[in-house]
Amino acid sequence: MLKLFFSNQLYLGLAQSVIAALAATIVVLLARKRDIHLGSETLIAMLRGIIQIVAVGSILLLLLRGPRWTGAFLLAGMIVAAGATSARRAKGMPHAFRVSAWSIACGAGSVIALMAWLGVIDTAITSMVPVGSMLIANAMNTNGLALNRFRADVLAHVGEIETALALGADARNSVSPYVQASFEASLIPAIDSLRSLGIVWIPGLMAGMLLSGARPVYAAIYQFVVLAMIFAASGLTSLVSTLLIRDRIFTAAQQLSLQPGR
Amino acid sequence: MNDQKIAEIRVTPPPISGPILRTEHLGRVVNDKILVEDATFELQSGEVLAIVGPSGSGKSSLLRLLNRLDEPTSGTVYLEAIDYRQIAPRDLRRKLGLVNQRPYLFAGTVEENLRFGPAQRGESLPQDAINQLLARVGLKGYASRNVANLSGGEAQRVSVARTLANSPLVLLLDEPTSALDETSKREVESAVQNIVRDHGLTCVLVTHDTAQASRLAERALLLEAGRIVRAGRIEEVLHA
Repeated sequence: MLKLFFSNQLYLGLAQSVIAALAATIVVLLARKRDIHLGSETLIAMLRGIIQIVAVGSILLLLLRGPRWTGAFLLAGMIVAAGATSARRAKGMPHAFRVSAWSIACGAGSVIALMAWLGVIDTAITSMVPVGSMLIANAMNTNGLALNRFRADVLAHVGEIETALALGADARNSVSPYVQASFEASLIPAIDSLRSLGIVWIPGLMAGMLLSGARPVYAAIYQFVVLAMIFAASGLTSLVSTLLIRDRIFTAAQQLSLQPGR
Repeated sequence: MNDQKIAEIRVTPPPISGPILRTEHLGRVVNDKILVEDATFELQSGEVLAIVGPSGSGKSSLLRLLNRLDEPTSGTVYLEAIDYRQIAPRDLRRKLGLVNQRPYLFAGTVEENLRFGPAQRGESLPQDAINQLLARVGLKGYASRNVANLSGGEAQRVSVARTLANSPLVLLLDEPTSALDETSKREVESAVQNIVRDHGLTCVLVTHDTAQASRLAERALLLEAGRIVRAGRIEEVLHA
């Protein structure tokens, strides 16, 4: 229907954004009725999202004309930004940004590098940056989920953890059930995505490949490749992140520093 | 091949000359709030010391400092004349066994809970030792019971036995009966009495129950706003 009113693609895109944002606003208002206040956070996230994606689109336009190595810089910048974003989910946890950035760099960064070297990801910027960003974004979400769950579990089990410490347990052992639970919980979205691929959803990348003329079977196989890479990157990120943060919630004398109200 | 060492349960600690535990100007301040201030006292081997005082006076904070679950911001503690900062925290906590107000038993059986401490240093607790520990807290035959099915008093006694499985030099009891009903309270108190009186285990008991302090301890410290305001024989402190 919108195409009847807008012949210019830019204006059409803006109108589509406004309508999609309205749908999100309705959800926020419905949530508010149930005393769940998502208002300011959602509004800021939506504004940030549109500004960021338009800015990145413009930068990509410039980079597409540059040498291949510029893609690596862009991905490195994305990793730092992803680290800062997911660290916010770990409020009160020491060194959350450093842990997040390192974990995403180890998880997503190593999978991108390995896959590019093996030829699974094309090293052309047009391919490397969008596919790499998908891996980084998913690693960021997984990292945020892992840290958030770990923090909640530790705060809910301070008594059990300190009892284990008081009985002579090593700090790492005292939180090992919560490390494991956080790792498992953080991977649920990635596992569900793989499980429901093609049945519940047809991802955007596959649709894009079909629109740009790729053979449907190759587009489908490559979509699986991307999701498997996302799982590998997310899993590695969560593993590194939970192991790194585990050591940072204790002092040198093996005292639990993450405590309610501290 | 099982290369685990067998844990030895010491019923009565070896006699030591001089105080077994001594604090020197011990204190902890967090965000400008004084939790414990200038606490200096000593504890002889085999002695039971009660720490009494109103709620929020710093009794539990002092016990956490003794177990080094929190770090002192001033002063230190000497265990057998050694500054406890020179002892590895895991060894120190094993030697200064802490029993919390809530038992916080780990999911599984009573026996698995008792094996936890020795297993942390690669030792296996023999079945005889488990039975002996359970008998000492009045829970003979409870080894294979699931902790989910225990009453509050039974759970607290398992918690005491679990701490004793580490053969501590000093037992630190933090309000061990405050969350229990009268019957369970008597059961736990009787178990503690059996351990400290009959086996001569050195003990620090934090309690707000002055009658309980009188029944179990010989000496007491009275804490107010984190400071020791009175110290001496139990009757002198409680009835001054």
